[in-house]
Parts: sequence; C-alpha cells; structure tokens
Amino acid sequence: MSAAPPYTHVGGDHAKLDAADRLTGVAAFADDLTLPRMLHAKILRSPHAHARIVTIDVSRAEALPGVLATVLGAEMPATYGVIPWTPDEQALATDKVRYVGDALAAVAAVDEETATAALALIDVVYEVLPALCDPRAAMANQDVLIHEQNRHGNVSKRVKLAFGDVDEALASGVHRISGHYEYPGSTHAALEPHCALAHVESNGLLTIWSATQVPHYLHRELSRVLGLPTWKVRVIQPPVGGAFGGKSEPFDLEFVVAKLAQKTGRPVKCLYTREEVFLAHRGRHPFSMDYELALDAEGHILAVDGHTVLDGGAYSSFGLVTTYYSGQLLCSPYTFGTYRFQSTRVYTNKPACGPKRGHGSVQPRFAIEVQLDKGAALLGIDPIALRRRNLLGADSRTVNGFHVGSNGFAECLDQVELHSGWRTRRGKLPYGRGLGVAGSTYISGTNYCIYPTDLPQAAVQICLDRSGRVRLFTGASDIGQGSNTTLAVIAAEHLGVELEDVRVVAADTDLCPVDLGAYSSRQTLMAGNACVMAASKLAKEVRKAVAEAWGCSAKLVTLASRRAQRIDDPATFMSIQDAFQLAEVAIGTLGSVGHYQTPREGVHSDYRGGTIGASPAYSFSAHVAEVEVDTDTGDVTVLRVWAAHDCGRALSPVLVEGQIEGSVYMGVAEAVMEHHYVMPTGLNGDGNPRNSGPGVAGLLAASSLLDYPIPTTLDTPEIHAIIVEAPDPRGPFGAKEAGEGPLHPAIPAVANAVFDAIGIRIDALPITPEKVLAALDAQAAAAADRHGGRAHA
Amino acid sequence: MDNRDVETTPGRPLPPRAPAEVAQTSLLRFVLNGEPVIVASPAHWSLLEVLRYQLRLTGTKQGCDKGDCGACTVLLDGRPINSCLLLALEVEGRAVQTVEGLGVGGTPHALQRSFDRAGAAQCGFCTPGMLMSAEALLEGKRARGDTTIDTAEIAEALSGNLCRCTGYTKILSAVADAWRATS
Repeated sequence: MSAAPPYTHVGGDHAKLDAADRLTGVAAFADDLTLPRMLHAKILRSPHAHARIVTIDVSRAEALPGVLATVLGAEMPATYGVIPWTPDEQALATDKVRYVGDALAAVAAVDEETATAALALIDVVYEVLPALCDPRAAMANQDVLIHEQNRHGNVSKRVKLAFGDVDEALASGVHRISGHYEYPGSTHAALEPHCALAHVESNGLLTIWSATQVPHYLHRELSRVLGLPTWKVRVIQPPVGGAFGGKSEPFDLEFVVAKLAQKTGRPVKCLYTREEVFLAHRGRHPFSMDYELALDAEGHILAVDGHTVLDGGAYSSFGLVTTYYSGQLLCSPYTFGTYRFQSTRVYTNKPACGPKRGHGSVQPRFAIEVQLDKGAALLGIDPIALRRRNLLGADSRTVNGFHVGSNGFAECLDQVELHSGWRTRRGKLPYGRGLGVAGSTYISGTNYCIYPTDLPQAAVQICLDRSGRVRLFTGASDIGQGSNTTLAVIAAEHLGVELEDVRVVAADTDLCPVDLGAYSSRQTLMAGNACVMAASKLAKEVRKAVAEAWGCSAKLVTLASRRAQRIDDPATFMSIQDAFQLAEVAIGTLGSVGHYQTPREGVHSDYRGGTIGASPAYSFSAHVAEVEVDTDTGDVTVLRVWAAHDCGRALSPVLVEGQIEGSVYMGVAEAVMEHHYVMPTGLNGDGNPRNSGPGVAGLLAASSLLDYPIPTTLDTPEIHAIIVEAPDPRGPFGAKEAGEGPLHPAIPAVANAVFDAIGIRIDALPITPEKVLAALDAQAAAAADRHGGRAHA
Repeated sequence: MDNRDVETTPGRPLPPRAPAEVAQTSLLRFVLNGEPVIVASPAHWSLLEVLRYQLRLTGTKQGCDKGDCGACTVLLDGRPINSCLLLALEVEGRAVQTVEGLGVGGTPHALQRSFDRAGAAQCGFCTPGMLMSAEALLEGKRARGDTTIDTAEIAEALSGNLCRCTGYTKILSAVADAWRATS
C-alpha cells in the first residue's frame, strides 16, 4: 500500500454533508412534500397473474364525489423499458396483465381514502389466462406466451459465450467439481416506499419529484411516454430513503401522477403502500445454476463451465444486462484458464426482477466461491491458499478480455485471514461452529451508458463566489450512500475550502448537468472524476491569480484550510475569499465545468457482448464469516463477519465503512433469511390451479416487512469492516467503488462456514433450519449406511 | 373545472359527501414536544397521520403503516410506540415527543451528535424512529440510575426499528457513545 499523501479532506474523518437534516427530521423526502391543492392518486392492480383485459369501465369511479380524474393505459400506450432494446412495459397495461399487481388504471382524488374507495368502483372484465410461474415450465410452453410480440417464446434473453477450449480443459482436469445451486430471489426493501409528486406549471413545464436513483433515465422515459419534449419535463430527486437498485428505473406511479396532473391541472402525489413496494420489486433474480469446475493437481483453475436459468418475472427491466452480468462478472479475482457460460432469462407471471445491489453477479459468485471451497476440500488444502494460487493480480486481463487496473485482492485475503484468526481457528473450532472464506470483485460503473451515446457519463459544474464559498451542481444521485459528501470532499480538497463551504445542488434535471445516476456503483469514480476536472481548472486559475499578486510561480501556491499559501514561505498567505476575489478580478466570474467519459481503448475485448460488464476500475473484497449451527433446531447464527474491501482510495473512510457494513448485513440476510416468495401454483383442493382470490397462482406470499423477514439488530452479526487501498489510476484520487462489491462474498462465506461447522453443504439458499435439519438427517443416514446399519430404525 | 371537485366548485349544488368528509372529526389536546397543542383529528386517524398531515411534523416517517418497521416511532409519555398503530384520539391529555423535539433551540441532542460523528445515518429514513427508541432507552436507564451500558441492551432496545442501510453497526456504537457523553 502506498503511503497516504498529505490530503486535507481526502481520507479524513468527516461527517456527511447533509447528515444534520436527516438527523433532525428536516430533510424532506418525497412524501414530505406538499403543494397547494394537491390531489392523491391510487393505482388499480391486477388480482390475476396472467389475464387479458376485455373491458375496463371507470364511470362508477369517476362518479364518486371527491374523484377528479381517472387514467387508463390507452392514454399513454407507448411501450418503454429502461434498456432501450427491450421496451416491453407500459405505464398502465392496455391489453394484458402479466403478474398479480400489474397496474391498469389510476384515480386522482381529494385524498387517499377517496382514491382507494374509487378503485373498488372500477369495473374490469378479465379473460384469465394460464399463469406461468416456473421458468423451466415457461420456457417449455409454446402455447402460452407472456409477451406475444417476443421472438423467442417466453425466453427474454439468452447469452452464450466461450473463452478458450473449455471441453479440452475440463477433460484435462485432475479434479472435477460439479454443483447445482439455487438462489431464490430477494428484494431491496428500502425503508422509504416509492413516492412521486407531479405539478404542471402555467407554462406547461411538468415537474416530477420522485424517490428515484436515476433522475436522468426517468426524465427520458417520462418524456417518451408522455410525448413531451425533454425540455418540458423536469425531474427532481429529493432526499431518497434507500434504494439499493429498487428505484433505478421508471415505475407506474411516476407516469400516473404526471398524466393525472396534466388532466386535472392540480399537483398529484402517489405514495406506494408497502405491499406495492414488494410488488414493484425489480429485485434480485432467482437463479438456477449448474457449474462444472476443473482444477489441476495444484489447484489451478483450468476451466469453469456454467449454465444458468434466470427467472425474470413479467418484464425485461435491466434483464438483458443481468443475463450478461451473470457470466461476465465472474472472471476475476481469479485467473480462469478457460471459461464458458450459458445464461437464459425467462419471462414468468411474477413481479419483474431487476438490479439489486451487486446486480447479476451475487448469485453466480455464491456458486463459484462454494465450488472453490469444495475444490479446496478435495485437494486437502486451505481454502485461502487455493484462492492465492489463482490470483489474477493487478494490471492484468481476464479470460473474457476485461482490463483490470489496481487489484488489492491479495491484501484483502491477508487482512481477513489475520483478523479472523483463520490459521489458528479454521477447522479447529468445536462441532457446530465454523469459519468460511470467499472473495469477489465488482465494477466501478459500466463502461457504456445503457443507451447508445458518445456523450459523457457524468458532469459537474462549479461556481466560486466572493464570500469564499463553492457551489457544486451535479446530476449525481445521493441515495444515502453519500455521493454529495464525496463530491464536496473532492471539490474542497482542490479549492482549499472546508466541507461546509461547499453547497451541493444535485439531481435536478433543470439545474444540473447530466449524470446517469446511482447504479452500477458508478458515482464515486465517474462523478468524482468530473468533479476533479471542474475543481482543478478553477484551482489553477485561483493559484495563478494569487501567484501574480505575490510575484511567484503558481506552482508555489497551495490552497488549503480556507487559505492560499506560499509553499516555500508559509508566512505568506491570504484568505481563500481574497484569493477567489483576485481570480475573479483577473478572469471574471468564476465557474467551470468538468465531465467524465470512460476510456474507449484497452478496457475490454472486441466481441459481441464484450463491452457489457467492462468498467474503468474494479473493486475487490474478501470476507471470513463465523457461524454457529444449532444441530437440534437447524438454526444458523452468523456471529461475525470480517470484511476487507479494496476501494482504491477511501475518500471518506466512515462512508466506505458504512457501505461495507451495510453490504455485509444485506448479504448475510440473503444467505440465511430472505426470500421474495411467489406462490408457484394455486391452492385449490381439486388440483386445478386457482386463478384469483386467496391462494392464486403467482401471488406474492411475503408482502410485508413482517412476512418478508429483514434482519433486526438482533439478527445482524458483528461486522468488522477493513478498508484496503490499492489506488487505481483511473479513479479520482485512486478511488473505486464501495457500495456493492462488499455484498458478494458474504453469502458464500456463510455457506462455507456452515460446511466448516457441521460438514454439510447447503447449495440452495437461503440456509434455513428446515434445510439444515434435512441435511443433518441425510448425513446421519449416510453415515449409518456406511456402518452397515440403518438410521432412525 | 370538473364539477366533482368538492373543494372548489362555487355556485353549484353540492354533490353527495366524499368518504373523507363523512368521518367524524374531534378536537384533540395533548402535549407535543413540551408544548400544549389542540388539533382537529378525524376519529379514525392514527397519531402518525395527525403528526404528518395535520401538524406537518414530517420528521416522523411512514415506512409500512402496519407496525413492522418502526420508522414512525415516537415517545408517548416517554415510552416508544409505533405512531402508525395508535389512534390519535388516544393521546388526549398525554405527552408525545417526536424527533423535532430532540435537542433544544438549535442545539443538537447528544444522540444526534453521536449519530452524526459515527456516520450512523445513511439514507436517514429510519433515523428519526431509531433516535426516539434510543432516547427512550437512555432516559429509562438514567431514571433507573444505571451506570453502565452494553451493546446487547442497545440492540434489544432498537430491535423494533428496521434499518436497511447501515447493518446497525454504527448505530449501536453511536448510542453507546451518546450514553458515555452524557453520563
């Protein structure tokens, strides 16, 4: 690790810029906003998993006193999709509903109660169609099509890629490990429900405040679906109460409030119920995975061969990308001799899946890290040693052609090995207690925008004023991860002011330059680099003006701690306010812009799909988990997790630790608790699937924060976050991502620790007491068989 | 303008009443953040609705509206409750404290300072409720004359408040810090 340069703010111990507002209840989230004469909207949702809409009649709803307007899909029929190649959604369904909860009409009324009452007065005649809730059954079924216009039946996307002669490498392996793995699907469950408020100004400008993490993509899709030029639409993102990928595309409520505001001439707000949040979903896909791994005698990875079926739910969402990511993001931090994957995403009549923290790669990472653990057991070597034998290293190229710059993975392994007491404890703990290790990598933003463009991915505009303050405008989206603070740190570092001197104006499409938003862990690297460009231009002008006043070279002027100072003569200094004013006298009003465009040369190879998953820089993580298994109840308690993460450079160490801790928590929950469970078939006694009412096929079984169990303080392990810094030349001050990478190893580390504890592999998540008890029974039966007896005679 | 707009249509016969209008409204008196208040409350509204929609104290958040998440936690006579589950009329004559009542005259409360220092608020949506549960714990301990605190009791006291960002690590340490700073 390089010695830390003498920075004032970078790497410093600072609180979040906007923490005070969030701690005092002042921060106004979307639902805290109210406008005069504001109406409330509610959305009618399908009770059927799959049905044709024969007729919709809103006349009784419109007659209800207090109802101002209704809206139907036919009024905004354009199809859209956050990925422009797969536009298969409508704001409100016009012909068919495709999951229980699909939206087909909406009402604006004087209050929520009236709007809800009006929904019950909308008369819909459905022709119920068979519901396809299992991806393999949906793939096989050519008669029932979820999207009739889709060219590939119910297959939403299929990707097959191969690198090297995998069959030969598999055949040459000394050790072959085959495994089948199941990831059941989970959801974001941000504490703030989705909420949007729309208002049409007298000049026709439509303003939407929305709890979104992608104001720019929302802006584009609103404009498209409403048929308005983009300059007539303004998207403002208020403080957002958590997102995790669950607010990274347009949702029905944003179109609905916009249309209803246009129709009524009054502001309209819609707040999802918690159940609607679960139905909106776009969570982590259920994956069914088969992996074949070949190792040589020393444990080098000769071949990895994966087959994955992704249960996509009713719409594409980011699914095209998910399907690529499921294979493309697996080729680091280990060197694969050869690699092949085939991933198939299938439409089903369930809430659509999309991106959740660690998009596309959390599920295969679970599988491959358990495969490696099985390999280590087979070879009789330490699982960390096996990983060290396969290190990809820095400034390297993955088997699928991605260029990896800085790489702190080896140090991540060292750190968790040291802090967990691995060498003295692993394999030596009493029965029922175990340690497990896993590693991973993640992207710091995607190299290409999700729509084809040569425009920059991020931009920052900075103005300096005569009082010594800095105004920073950015399209970047702070969803609680602290991107506003990160940008202020960078600006303050360059311009010699304190953090509180920087006012960040963010995520308002009218006031701020375009940034693509908070997804794929891109804000720190991309908006950060744009900020470096804007701030360093201004710093140069200020230093030049001061140098002229002092009659010295600008190289001798430094800006720090609200001062301009001579490096060779510290007694010579002036206030930053005076320095800014000198520069303003010299060149006029002080402003600058900076942008970031990803590198186009050398970051990936040239094959179809080879750009998807490529990033300017990659983070690395290693975790050790310690678990205790109660063999009487089957309960798995995750006691501690040591999580080392290479974020390049921690611009704000407290924020990076927070991202690591939050990631570990979320990963552990997916390992042992969470399941976004949709009932596969109805519960009729006669064996026929039920198409409506309680027990309907495709009904979401866990649609509350009680039924979908997210961990409380009592369920969360002790988390030790360890920051590793391998600065990347492509990152601002060397920084890479921290928000998503550290989730990945948590799940396989827990699964591997369970094996260390009781000698049992649970390859289908989550690791529930039922599965543990069943596996223990099977283990006992097998042992009894080996000894010639019968278990449980 | 549409003639169903019950709020703004002058000179026309009034239409039948909307569901919201039929609800009985009562005057409710209670002590809010140390000050007596009188507010009109529909009889079926929760305390959360009265706080957010009538009194415009939006610091208290609605995360689930069914008592699962704890984002709406306020103190009722010093005890933490889910304000979404309590009918507003039940607070008649009682004392309610919300996040807006933490800290005095612009000076942040010890918990707010320690949460800030520790980075214990990420998105901040669960934070007001979390702070109120923590305040109840610390005040309760002071009232009992406790002199020490441990992580397990903090975790127990905050176990009704879900946070999806932090993994609770920094929240638990911030509460312990606030205890040490004030005792």
